[in-house]
Amino acid sequence: MIRLQTPLDETKCLALKAGDRVLLSGTIYGARDQAHLRLKDETSLPIDLKGAVIYYVGPTPTKPGQVIGSSGPTSAYRMDTLAIPLMAQGVKGMIGKGNRSESFQTSMREHKAIYFMSIGGTGALLASKIKSQKTVLYEDLGPEALIALEVEDFPCYVAYDLYGGSIFSEDQ
Amino acid sequence: MRHISFQSIVEETKKLLIKMNYELDQSFVSLIQKAKAKEDRDLAKSILDDILANHDLFKEGDFPKCQDTGMVVVFAKLGEDCKVDGSLFEAIQQGVRKAYETGYLRKSVVLHPFDRANSKDNTPAIIHTELVPGDQLTLKIAAKGAGSENMSALKMLTPTEGIDGVKAFVKDTVLAAGGRACPPIILGIGIGGNLEKCALMAKEALFRPLDDQHEDATIRALEQTLYDEVNALNVGPMGVGGKTTCLAVKINIHPMHIASLPVAVNIQCHANRHLEVTL
Repeated sequence: MIRLQTPLDETKCLALKAGDRVLLSGTIYGARDQAHLRLKDETSLPIDLKGAVIYYVGPTPTKPGQVIGSSGPTSAYRMDTLAIPLMAQGVKGMIGKGNRSESFQTSMREHKAIYFMSIGGTGALLASKIKSQKTVLYEDLGPEALIALEVEDFPCYVAYDLYGGSIFSEDQ
Repeated sequence: MRHISFQSIVEETKKLLIKMNYELDQSFVSLIQKAKAKEDRDLAKSILDDILANHDLFKEGDFPKCQDTGMVVVFAKLGEDCKVDGSLFEAIQQGVRKAYETGYLRKSVVLHPFDRANSKDNTPAIIHTELVPGDQLTLKIAAKGAGSENMSALKMLTPTEGIDGVKAFVKDTVLAAGGRACPPIILGIGIGGNLEKCALMAKEALFRPLDDQHEDATIRALEQTLYDEVNALNVGPMGVGGKTTCLAVKINIHPMHIASLPVAVNIQCHANRHLEVTL
């Protein structure tokens, strides 16, 4: 079990191996398809992407008295192409589910970033690790808005590391 | 002619949708527990543990089990000797609207393939109606997430490809889906009919009880063979490898053209949400 604090940097990323169970704490940013599409055209952002971790998530609506709704990962492959310019701007971690393209993996290793996997269909468990949420941009997108999440011991696994390692059985 | 009130359809649709998103399915939990006992890889076990821990959390009713609360699919079987007081379609859509609003469920439906504007109330549900004998209305309701739906597939085989061709296509589909479909999965399979009938059978097969048995001996045996062979593919929970790739295989069949052997595979993730009610 490895405890990691965001933002990430190259040293932290180099220490990780595919299959490691990680508990992530600090700020992570929730964004999926449509937010990625808009982010690539932004010239200035209210958040710092250097060392940032992006979580592919679209939560359920927040009930009164709760921090957030159910918050599990969505499939990462849909963001494969759109993730590349964000890594060029400094993004060091992405959390999603499922395997990703060869070109994403090559780019990820060039940029010294890590792909983490959280467990799809465990949205209640993952929501319990989120301590606050705030909409940063694109409120009109509803569940697809860009949000900032404060997490504490958020459980995930290293899916692709920087040494060619993969958690997925098809790669072994 | 028996009358069924518009409001009862609205209320039952709403009730079932909230129930399937928030309540524990005990038969499903015991399948996960059994699967965990058979796993020998730590990673696979650890993922199954998290799935069980998630069930412990959401059963308190605070969170939907998965954030993808789905697009709603309804199979409505309307008895020929009953009449709905008002529009059956509108009653179902109202039920969906109410469930997703009052149940804090995610609105995951966009209206147009390209401008992608959200409908904001999770309508429209996709509704398949069928006239059946009798004076009752049965609603089979699913909240179907897109992770597994996107990995589903259909192929028009040639008749001589036969049972081996079907098995190969099912296994190819599961391998291509890998961890993206959130395994352990449930496989709904349609064999026969034509293009659209085959896809509908695959979807409806997912409503069968997890522990039922097909009445046709050949199909019953094929369900078992596919269950064994799919679990030997080493996809494993979330694609990390292991013995637990699928929890059940359900096949529905229909007569077909002499020149055809259609097969459709509808994948259901482990956040299974299918319920039915008879009014």
